[in-house]
Amino acid sequence: MKELNVMVVGVGGQGTLLTSRIIGKTALSKGYDVKLSEVHGMAQRGGSVVTFVRFGEKVFEPVVEVGQADVIISFEKLEALRYSHYLKKDGVIIVNDHEIKPMTVVTGAAEYPENIFDKLSDKHKVYTIDGKKLALQLGNPKVLNTVVLGFSAKHIGFDKKDWLDVVEKTVPAKTIEINKLAFLAGYDK
Amino acid sequence: MADKIIMLGNEAIARGVYEAGVKVSSAYPGTPSTEISECLAKYNEVYTEWAPNEKVALEVAIGASISGVRSLSCMKHVGLNVASDPLYTFSYTGVNGGSVIVVADDPGLASSQNEQDTRMIGRSAHVPVLEPSDSQEAKDFVKFAYDLSEKYDTPVILRTTTKLSHSQGVVELCDRVEVADKEYQRDVKKYVMMPGSAIGRHVVVEDRENRLAEESCGFDINKVELNDKKIGFVTSGVSYLYVKEAFPNASVLKLGLVNPLPKQLIKKFASQVDRLVIVEELEPVIEEQVKSWGIACDGKNLFTKQGEYSSNMLKKALLNESDVAFDQVNVPNRPPVLCPGCPHRSVFSVLNKLKIHAAGDIGCYTLGAVAPLSVIDTTICMGASISALHGIEKAKGHDFIKNWVAVIGDSTFLHTGVNSLINMVYNKSKATVMILDNRTTGMTGHQEHAATGKTLKGEDTYAIDLAELCKAIGVPYVNVVDAFDIKELEKVIKQSVESETLSVIIAKAPCALLKGQKFPFVCDVNPDDCKKCGMCLKIGCPAISKGADGKVIIDSTACNGCGLCLNYCKFGAIKKVER
Repeated sequence: MKELNVMVVGVGGQGTLLTSRIIGKTALSKGYDVKLSEVHGMAQRGGSVVTFVRFGEKVFEPVVEVGQADVIISFEKLEALRYSHYLKKDGVIIVNDHEIKPMTVVTGAAEYPENIFDKLSDKHKVYTIDGKKLALQLGNPKVLNTVVLGFSAKHIGFDKKDWLDVVEKTVPAKTIEINKLAFLAGYDK
Repeated sequence: MADKIIMLGNEAIARGVYEAGVKVSSAYPGTPSTEISECLAKYNEVYTEWAPNEKVALEVAIGASISGVRSLSCMKHVGLNVASDPLYTFSYTGVNGGSVIVVADDPGLASSQNEQDTRMIGRSAHVPVLEPSDSQEAKDFVKFAYDLSEKYDTPVILRTTTKLSHSQGVVELCDRVEVADKEYQRDVKKYVMMPGSAIGRHVVVEDRENRLAEESCGFDINKVELNDKKIGFVTSGVSYLYVKEAFPNASVLKLGLVNPLPKQLIKKFASQVDRLVIVEELEPVIEEQVKSWGIACDGKNLFTKQGEYSSNMLKKALLNESDVAFDQVNVPNRPPVLCPGCPHRSVFSVLNKLKIHAAGDIGCYTLGAVAPLSVIDTTICMGASISALHGIEKAKGHDFIKNWVAVIGDSTFLHTGVNSLINMVYNKSKATVMILDNRTTGMTGHQEHAATGKTLKGEDTYAIDLAELCKAIGVPYVNVVDAFDIKELEKVIKQSVESETLSVIIAKAPCALLKGQKFPFVCDVNPDDCKKCGMCLKIGCPAISKGADGKVIIDSTACNGCGLCLNYCKFGAIKKVER
């Protein structure tokens, strides 16, 4: 049985939680032991958030530690850079091409880093996707998460069908079809 | 085969409570404990409620226990401070139906004002403390806690930490087992804690703790894993997971009961290993006791008392090993901020403009302390805004607080703020108190409270009118203002702080995250009119930022449409447009 450490990072409110829950449930459906760690409370209010998903034959610790991540999925560019040192030497990072300025940048106390993709590519295997654009093409910017998840799924494993089954069981009933389309839009990209 | 599902630690605790046949639960929300009650509310067999504070919640659970049913109260670590008055005496009375207090500690301060360690309170109140490591154990330990409570006639604390409460793991579900109600019998010596009976109960408490320390050596939840004997770890809770991750082949004594400690079991384990290492987050509760028995061990000489532990940290401390491939990149911080459309921002923008200091309280509005709003000067604990401002006034005189207000949320006001306001009325304060009434308990994720008109189970109920409540206790001036009406707010705040009487301003507008709270418009900037003055940036809205050309941009997907920024643009560059 393989072991995989996944991180989903972004800005509070971007929906990292639902994405990591789908990953966790998919691994569980394939017979893996799963641990998943979430962020609630104050940090959720527009702050930097990170969710960890680990699966394998037996998993103890619920968090992925620095240097242990196989896959990082980031919904925002700056957050990708912030957590990039969590990657293993040969880990991959998937970045949604979207910029949200933190308040420290808005107030002028700090500057938003330039050339983030170049900085990441210097050290890591990087895959980028414009999730918002694909989501808008489907007519609903809210399914951005599922688009990015679909795009990332190939780096995590499992069959397309396994993923779609869990997406169907996890998202609100009214949004099943659009989320499945969103997953496929990312998956086939 | 039983169902195996993936469950949040808090959800598993709720499931354990349900399976254990509990009938009554009372709690006040507090990260990281809130989801326990929310999950429990879904089981019709359990009466579940939000109480105005943790003291009330525990007392409700005590009453239910005395009457003969299994009961629960849950809270965050600082909530136990509020509930510690009943706790210390509940330890004396003991239980009739089993009673468990779930307390969630927050090492690492994910959403708290301190890092206190509940095990210390368990020790001083002589109440047993259980500590599970993962979701499955969380459920199992809850059920064990009820058996323990009834067998030893004691309330039991189940201590969780953020990492357990907010982690998901695989859990096997069981059915609920109904527990027959115990018969209620009047028993003055056990339940009326006046000196004559309490003297006798103190003896019972000491005897109970001694028996438990001895008999717990044989409990399954205190588990010895003998492997490589060079190092033996004594640990509990999530720290056990870090030990197993970092040292899979080491010997471990995993404690499920952390108060009282199973002394003989620890002594025996210590004699079987070359080196004893205690791994416990926060205070050296286990270490100090083990050392007091004359057993040498490592602990806080290697590990910090602060924050959360990790397997990397253990490996570094004990082996000086690290397999980290990359250095951390220096990037701008992204601290939490008030949401777009948050009514607190509107109030703070006015206070900031008027250069008014605020004694703050516990809730989302604590974020009003940071730039660019920078309004809040103090945050201590629930309710302290009002009493601390009163102290400032009494120390420095009324003139000193003519540019001060207290700010407190609606839920926090009902928690303990109202007591402080009674003190102001009674002791002739002339201060200004602002209740930021967003119709919910916001920070913890939108729980109902006594002024929302709904119960935890979603039933309609009486909604306390905050303005009438303030008037009833004798506040002479009470004003209710729409939190987004900044002209009116400015006028009322100025009047109140300058007046020679106590006043309460209720700034009312629903939390932007409540269902249905989106405004029909979003805001947009006409770049031709934007003069780059930056005034709109001073309200600290995360939807507003500066573009490369220095002109302001509003992110239409983030904007909630509250329109606060319009008020701060002198050039009319911001307009409302349809979604």
